[in-house]
Amino acid sequence: MPSKAAVSRLSTLGRWRLPEILFWLAAAASVPLLTEYHLVLTEIAIIALFAVSLDLILGYAGIASLGHAAFFGAGAYAAGLFAIHVTNDPLLGLIAGAAVAAVLGFASSFLVLRGADLTRLMVTLGVALVLGEIANKAGTITGGADGLQGVFMAPVLGRFEFDLFGHVGYVYCLVVFFVLFVVARRIVVSPFGLSLLAIRDNPLRARAIGIPVNNRLTAIYTISAAIAGVAGALLAQTAQFVSLDVLAFHRSADALLMLVIGGTGYLYGGIVGAVAFKVLQEILSVWTPQYWTFWIGAILVAIVLIGRQRIGNGVMGVWSRLLGKGGAA
Amino acid sequence: MTILFDGIAYGMVLFVLACGLSVTLGLMNFVNLAHGAFAMAGGYAATILMNRWGLPFVATLPFAFLVPALIGVVLERTLYRRLYDASHLDQVLFTIGLVFMAVAGTDYLMGSQPQLIRLPEWLSGRFEFLGMQIGRYRLFIVVVCSLLTVVLQLVLNRTRFGSRLRAAVDDPRVARGLGIPVERVFMITFAAGSGLAGLGGALGAELLGLDPLFPLKFMIYFLIVVTVGGTTGLIGPFVASLILGIADVAGKYFVPDLGAFIIYTVMIVVLVVRPRGLFVRS
Repeated sequence: MPSKAAVSRLSTLGRWRLPEILFWLAAAASVPLLTEYHLVLTEIAIIALFAVSLDLILGYAGIASLGHAAFFGAGAYAAGLFAIHVTNDPLLGLIAGAAVAAVLGFASSFLVLRGADLTRLMVTLGVALVLGEIANKAGTITGGADGLQGVFMAPVLGRFEFDLFGHVGYVYCLVVFFVLFVVARRIVVSPFGLSLLAIRDNPLRARAIGIPVNNRLTAIYTISAAIAGVAGALLAQTAQFVSLDVLAFHRSADALLMLVIGGTGYLYGGIVGAVAFKVLQEILSVWTPQYWTFWIGAILVAIVLIGRQRIGNGVMGVWSRLLGKGGAA
Repeated sequence: MTILFDGIAYGMVLFVLACGLSVTLGLMNFVNLAHGAFAMAGGYAATILMNRWGLPFVATLPFAFLVPALIGVVLERTLYRRLYDASHLDQVLFTIGLVFMAVAGTDYLMGSQPQLIRLPEWLSGRFEFLGMQIGRYRLFIVVVCSLLTVVLQLVLNRTRFGSRLRAAVDDPRVARGLGIPVERVFMITFAAGSGLAGLGGALGAELLGLDPLFPLKFMIYFLIVVTVGGTTGLIGPFVASLILGIADVAGKYFVPDLGAFIIYTVMIVVLVVRPRGLFVRS
């Protein structure tokens, strides 16, 4: 029997606040206002969704993963193959991507739950590597190193055709992103989400107060995998091409970097990080086209040395001041 | 049989490459994904000395040890030591950053083409022994690496330094209280580990190839050796390297279509069945 106080606390947590609403209005305003940037914005929406999915397991459940790209890539290949062999309806493709990634996430969650920190890092990395190797070797299905070509998408909802400038693609990605973000947001402010925080902070105590730790972790890992799968599917559909790159190690590392920039454990960190990452990448790759990864690496090193917590707290501090409440995490 | 021998040589190189990591990761509990960068530094030191300054191959090997060891000391003093107490995630992020920097930096300085090692006459070619085709260079590797392994094992288990290291790892506070210079022990260990990686990089350049992507390509191999081998000291990683080397060479020879698939799967299975590695400290 939940107490009245707990119920009201939960509903306060879940209430949409002004800055959040302004943020999404700004995102919506980018559709008519920033037309020439739609291709880049599409990419940002996709990697932001990917980062948000990683935040669900890293920031909320405390599972550090070095191989989240496994699900991103699985979703991308699933959506691509689905479009070629079954039907090229985009929404059904998204569902296919999410389903495949979710099954994979569910299956691998048992491997991930077996070990502690370090083993988890290794196992997640290993799963991503195995998938990358499969995609590479199963050339007859996935196109191998040449990538999966010939992904042609039907118009969204049968009406909006994908155009060359990415306008429809951007709106499509943004809407999907928003919907899934709302879902993720709903999850983390639910009792289920709170139980994840308890597990993150102290698994032993969480188990002692009756939280089924492993079931909860399996559930959030599966959800996170499904969302990452959708992000991958969006990439496959808007780019109309899937390459081995979707499963590459740097993709997992990039997502971690985004979360490190934006901070973990409040969902918007992934978005802030994705925007910052993409802007950085654009600037650096104009400046030093071949060697921009050097500076990405330097930024990572600098962030860790300055202190992830400190930066995260800074961003979080601004955020909670905007929200008018004390910072969590 | 030739395959078996090649596998052993390959595994030996992996061991020399990874044993430094097995100390930092296994004993000091520091996740150093940038270990391959030190190996690459050693490999490049050897090739530069050989190809530009004309030193013979064997004469470059000490430098392949010293250069990364020096880099290791500098980085340990300035950066790594701050992170000994940080969470694994921080260590991972930090060292991934270092890997990215090393990859792009090497690309910038040396170009992206693979580096070639020219072996001296007496090390190239093969000879036949008991019906086995044995590469001279591979035999050389096996001999050098076996010697190194024995020396390392003796240093770790029989010397004052070894026992100080083990004490410092087990309980830094008590060790410090007993007057063991924990910081210096860690520094020397880190430097030696980096140097060994460099030596492995130089010895293995012929077998594994050497280009700026080296730290990324072989990161997973080192991690497999260490995590599968466990943290009991050097025997575990040694056995793991040999298994990995033989499995990889045999796998590539008999079922080339499966590629690296086998070893990744083996790693996952081992980690799932025995999350703390094959050889666990009792």
